[in-house]
Amino acid sequence: MSSTVVDIVRQAGEETEVLGRAVYEHPLVVRLCHWLNAIALFVMVGSGLQIFRAFPSFGSKIPQKDLLHWPKAFAIGGWLGGALQWHLTFMWIYIATGLVYLGYQLFSGNYRQALFTHRDVSGVWPMVKHYFFFGPKPQQCEAYNPLQKHAYTTVIILGVLSVLTGFAVWKPVQCSWLAWMMGGFHWARLLHFLVMWAILAFVFGHLVMVLLHGWNNFVAMLTGWKKDPEY
Amino acid sequence: MDQEHDNNDRIEKPEKAEKPSVVAGDSKPADSVSAAPKPPQGMVERRDLRTGVNEAGFSRLSRRELLKVAPVLVLGAFAVPNLQEPLLRRGLGFSDWVSKQLFRRRHLAPTFRDSELTPFERFPINDYDVDDPGVIFENWTLTVSGAVQKPGEYRLAQIQALPRIRQNTRHVCVEGWDVIGRFGGTRLSDFLAMIGADTSARLVTVGCADDYYESLDMETALHPQTLLCYEMYDQPLTREHGAPLRLNVPTRIGYKQAKYLTDLKVTNVLDKIGYWEDQGYSSFYGL
Repeated sequence: MSSTVVDIVRQAGEETEVLGRAVYEHPLVVRLCHWLNAIALFVMVGSGLQIFRAFPSFGSKIPQKDLLHWPKAFAIGGWLGGALQWHLTFMWIYIATGLVYLGYQLFSGNYRQALFTHRDVSGVWPMVKHYFFFGPKPQQCEAYNPLQKHAYTTVIILGVLSVLTGFAVWKPVQCSWLAWMMGGFHWARLLHFLVMWAILAFVFGHLVMVLLHGWNNFVAMLTGWKKDPEY
Repeated sequence: MDQEHDNNDRIEKPEKAEKPSVVAGDSKPADSVSAAPKPPQGMVERRDLRTGVNEAGFSRLSRRELLKVAPVLVLGAFAVPNLQEPLLRRGLGFSDWVSKQLFRRRHLAPTFRDSELTPFERFPINDYDVDDPGVIFENWTLTVSGAVQKPGEYRLAQIQALPRIRQNTRHVCVEGWDVIGRFGGTRLSDFLAMIGADTSARLVTVGCADDYYESLDMETALHPQTLLCYEMYDQPLTREHGAPLRLNVPTRIGYKQAKYLTDLKVTNVLDKIGYWEDQGYSSFYGL
């Protein structure tokens, strides 16, 4: 465990009373990357949906069968050109924070906190029972439970996929091998869209868990310190 | 280092950790917590347990750590109306610069079998203005100017006398749709050689009968798949598809494929980039 623990104490004369504990869970690099990436993701999704509005289909142009009409109010950029400006600007923030995050996690070893490995497999089912079927709460002895690790590991893979599919859509000629692996520009565009929904599904679950599991978790991503951890 | 290990060892034992402890005034160094930021004043030194911090100290520590995340607010600049446009222009400009770096003159766009072609009648007709600007074919010439040895008026027959290339390539529209079309024409590089163009110039610009205009950097203009296109699907261009002459640039986005060409200029000076580019679309947009 790379985290560091302190006791929060109250001193009264010679006596020291321990009020609680706090764990340093999120190093500064991780926190910065998290929030910058969150903002970039918000802009990428919003502008991406505005771009999608220009051709809301994955079929042929003639005849055109629209898949869904995304409301303009929930999109960013106002028009196709504007949305592309947002998309092609914030993608660099999205990519840069992703790379810095991954590099830091690998270099520092901090990734062990979040990486889902074979050791976590056995803990998945008890966690699923607890979350979805009112099962007993498994004892937690590290920062993230197996399901959390699974979610965080998956979303990192999705993030990488979002960039790769994005490049195949942006550069289907110069990165023709990348587009080819995805079945060409046409399929890469569909994959890019599906990866977005998968990431949004994660974000939804992530936000629900933050709401349910409270303030301390949220503050920890801001200050790094998590008060009264369960482990 | 030893101190740190010492500390960590103790953290592993929660039952001991829960025990309230007594303040010790001895020599334990304050910076034994190395992975974390140094706890500020308010830190309590204790002999037997991990570092203790009083409430005020923890609040100070939290606030300081919170401030360190404040640089994220820099992105708020994008919400400032006066800054938004220049920032986005910079961002798009950076993407265009990357596009330029990624462009390889010898890297060919994928080509496709005839069986993969989008049927001609399902090849979209996209115009900004009119489907047919009413070009009178008998009088049509391409007006060549700029850094060329042989400026002047060129007839279609002169262009068609150059080697004919036919290619099945993907046409990608900025809107997101794509089709695979069959295009025939002469390499722009052959035509530039014929007119004695100075290929050290930066740009080739074109003007169109419908007042559309476009520009290509010289690298793209000299790309072997960049065509002065006068055929689609082995037939002479139809009026809606840009007769008598259009650009076919498979390494670039759809709006670069200007139709109804009337003017071609080799130049170093760019006062206008292209019709859509000047509205705010990417000026390079290499695929």
